[in-house]
Amino acid sequence: MIPAAAQPISVTRALTRSLLPVAVGLGLGLGLGQVVPTGTYAEKILFDIGINIILAVSLNLVNGFTGQFSMGHAGFMALGAYASIVVTYYGGFALFGDVGCHLNAQGYGLYFTSLVVGGLVAAAAGYLVGLPSLRLRGDYLAIVTLGFGEIIRVVLQVSYAVVEPEEMATVDWWERPLHLGKSLGFVHQGAYNSLSWTYAAVVLTLLCAYRLRESTHGRAFLSVRENEIAAEAVGIDTTRYKVNAFVLAAFFAGVAGALFGHQLGTGTAARPEEFNFMKSFEAIIMVVLGGMGSISGAALAAVTLTLLTELLRSVQDYRMVSYALLLILVMILRPEGLFGTRELWHFLRRRRP
Amino acid sequence: MTEFLQFLLKGISVGSLYALLALGYTMVYGILQFINFAHSDVFMLGAFFSWRLATWFKLIDPSPLVATSLLLAAMALCALTGFLIELLAYRPLRRAPRLNVLITAIGVSLFLENSGQLVFGKDPRSYPQLLAEHTFSVGGVNVRSVEVIAVVTALALMVALHTLVYRTKIGRAMRAVSIDHKVAGLMGIPVSRVISFTFVVGSALAAAAGVLVGITYGQIKQPADSSWVLYGLKAFVAAVIGGIGSVPGAMLGGLLIGLCEQFVGGYISTQLRDAIIFALLIVVLLVKPSGLLGRRAIEKI
Amino acid sequence: MVRTLWIYLGAMTFALGCKSNSTATDEIIIGEYGSMTGSEAVFGQSTHNGLSMAIDEVNAAGGLKGKKIRLVSYDDQGKTSEVGTAVTRLITSDHVHAIVGEVSSSLSIAGGQICQRHGVPMVTPSSTNPKVTEVGDYVFRICYIDPFQGYVMAKFVTDPQGPSGLGLKRVAILVDQRQAYSQGLSRDFETALIKAGGNVVVKSSYQGGDQDFSAQLTQIKGANPEAIYIPGYYTDVANIAKQVRGIGIAQSVPLLGGDGWESVQEIGGPAIDGAYYSNHFAPEDTHAEVQSFVTKYKAKYGKTPDSLAALGYDAGMLLREAIQRAPSLDRAAIRDAIAATRDFQGVTGKTSLDEHRNARKPAVVLRINAAAKTATYMTTIAP
Repeated sequence: MIPAAAQPISVTRALTRSLLPVAVGLGLGLGLGQVVPTGTYAEKILFDIGINIILAVSLNLVNGFTGQFSMGHAGFMALGAYASIVVTYYGGFALFGDVGCHLNAQGYGLYFTSLVVGGLVAAAAGYLVGLPSLRLRGDYLAIVTLGFGEIIRVVLQVSYAVVEPEEMATVDWWERPLHLGKSLGFVHQGAYNSLSWTYAAVVLTLLCAYRLRESTHGRAFLSVRENEIAAEAVGIDTTRYKVNAFVLAAFFAGVAGALFGHQLGTGTAARPEEFNFMKSFEAIIMVVLGGMGSISGAALAAVTLTLLTELLRSVQDYRMVSYALLLILVMILRPEGLFGTRELWHFLRRRRP
Repeated sequence: MTEFLQFLLKGISVGSLYALLALGYTMVYGILQFINFAHSDVFMLGAFFSWRLATWFKLIDPSPLVATSLLLAAMALCALTGFLIELLAYRPLRRAPRLNVLITAIGVSLFLENSGQLVFGKDPRSYPQLLAEHTFSVGGVNVRSVEVIAVVTALALMVALHTLVYRTKIGRAMRAVSIDHKVAGLMGIPVSRVISFTFVVGSALAAAAGVLVGITYGQIKQPADSSWVLYGLKAFVAAVIGGIGSVPGAMLGGLLIGLCEQFVGGYISTQLRDAIIFALLIVVLLVKPSGLLGRRAIEKI
Repeated sequence: MVRTLWIYLGAMTFALGCKSNSTATDEIIIGEYGSMTGSEAVFGQSTHNGLSMAIDEVNAAGGLKGKKIRLVSYDDQGKTSEVGTAVTRLITSDHVHAIVGEVSSSLSIAGGQICQRHGVPMVTPSSTNPKVTEVGDYVFRICYIDPFQGYVMAKFVTDPQGPSGLGLKRVAILVDQRQAYSQGLSRDFETALIKAGGNVVVKSSYQGGDQDFSAQLTQIKGANPEAIYIPGYYTDVANIAKQVRGIGIAQSVPLLGGDGWESVQEIGGPAIDGAYYSNHFAPEDTHAEVQSFVTKYKAKYGKTPDSLAALGYDAGMLLREAIQRAPSLDRAAIRDAIAATRDFQGVTGKTSLDEHRNARKPAVVLRINAAAKTATYMTTIAP
């Protein structure tokens, strides 16, 4: 697919090229939500897969593209989840006068805002953590991010109890975001999420990651991974690019957390214990299993691992033992991950005569 | 003042256990540059092996001889476990990227935790009282005899390790391998054997820490309890603060974490204690990225 | 490689495709979700033991309405999102008639919301947080709630000295910051204690799983309390108790706790001697049904049942009794039958469900005898 000599392409073609995948992808994502009946097992599995794809692909921006090593992804996810629930719960109360789930235009507008807010809060935290710590060498960064994740978890535990609607009058609006339900989790009824929302986000994440890698920015990311000193030598501001990758990854993790926090029927999904370091490890496992830097690899690993844990559910006590053994075996037998740095279509193309 | 002294003594006793555990992390990191997440599970196994032996042979009466032999037995069993882990899980990945080894380590950790739960059960266990228990009280400061013994044992093991690393031939080989694998190999050092040996030593120390935790607290959590991993993480943090790869650094880091826990918990906040400790870690790393006693790494082009 | 890919895709579709979708009408299916692995596995395991024993008994006695009961249980690893998957699978793939919920309140709320949405009755054996049954009219519980449990211990502490009271006022509280159970119970205890004329001299906290508590205990020692309330899980409490005495707090200052203390005497050693805790049932209870349960349980699992096992057993038996009464196997009919439960005689006492779907039942206060590794019955406090 080597492009012929760079020729100027027409505006229409450029627009089609850039917008068509978005339109088609969004259509598919939204369509999926219409096809799969709500409340079913299949829907829940697909939802878990979607969240894991976003997590894995976004972490891949840091761990795969720039070769840095972040172990605090769950922390950003937690921030996104809590920030977005604050918007739909306390913001929803200000808007509707109650804390129920409003599945109408206004409610969806609120939910959309909450997703963006969740992402932005996480991104802001990513900037604050990333700016000083990305100057550190690889493994120290890992420890700093791990520490950050644990700090978030501990701090969330000491927040105040959720303000019930009838108590709202007694708590000032600016104090409300401190009322996050302590270790019980933020119990709420706002199950705004659906597969359409989830997969719209999945598609946007995938496209964004792919576009990014093919851009100047993305090339800079890869150069940092391949050889930081050489990259520095040719004038790439490596710290800036590392921070950019980190902030972007945090944003998507925040969105994933926001979606996760509003999932159907599970009003305590936002719970400090839910976002402990094991959650970060799960995301790292997906990235490495998929092949560092491969977008479709990370996505496919997310699908595989989600299904695998589900299939192993029936073996009860032996579930985690077999999961662990499989993980070790895959790493030994296929150390470069499923795809290495290649993508799904690189394999498919070879088949053509 | 009594409070201060109490925190200080407790900090030393807790810290020496962290230090013992941190040594395993720092040695493996020094040689292979990866975080051995399975280390905290070897630590857990140390406690459980000795518990299993003690209950099998009905060793419930306090006796220093029994305690010592259990300690040695657990160290031997864990050394074997460490050897096997390295041989089966890490050696095939010697040339793979470090992240893969890390994932394998997480896999080994999950495997040990969950199979430990199958073998040893899901209940926390009461650890037999292997040493007679006395509490000394000096001016309001309380010291338990077992804590003193734990600190002394830990110190003795650390001195032994220090001698091993800096005064013996195999220690010199370990240091050589940690500086450069390839060159060490070219100099005729059996790199694989040295790496195995490192795992054996680290695992034996972890086992000792496990037995000491059992003796000090008289109770051990079930194998998959998150407290084992948390303990390990803090020990790793200790190793990083001390300067990873440095043996005296791990000891210093362990003590610092132990003291920090006590003083932060005692004077600032018990609620936010762990958050503050991790925040301190971040500050230390930002100010001195190579840790307190770490060598400054020079990137080679 | 392409072939591998196809094999992979094929395997995955196949694996997902062959879910057992049998809607057999010749059996009654009870679903259960609990922590069978992970940190809280010991609680999930006890509940599971009790519940499966109840179901085995019912089946051995000829089943229910001429059908056998089948128990389907899934592990949730103590994670909320896993609960979502497990419960959805129980409902939509296994087509269960009713569900027995979690020990942990957070997880029972999560599962309860899904049951409510699908209209499947859920009975939680041992989640004591009030919010659990507020989820909706399909969610029930057969144990008392935290405010009552807090009241029980506050009353026991402040009541005049004797078998039903300690006559103490100044209490220190040590909370497990990591557990919603502990946070909730400590608050309820504090409220009840102040109402009863006592006061909290110091409140300190730890993270479940901590090994060392000297910083907290030094603080507590400095406040010089007459008793220490530790509403945590027994895995930590055993450890705390040892250090309480090690740090020089006199044996005459009793330790107090809630139902999370269950089995603490097994691992607590001499330090836990003379501590008191509130619980759902006492294995030493001389009632015939309790004794027969304890004997059967010991024969089957080789250990004394804890209250989680007893509540799991009661949950199974209560479901049997309700389903027996229900006019049909319709989920709504089963719900109505559960809601109408009055004076159900279980191992953990007489259970009647009130209009908020909570059980109104008394609590017992037990005193630990460390040497015998038992907890002696002190008093029963009624709501």
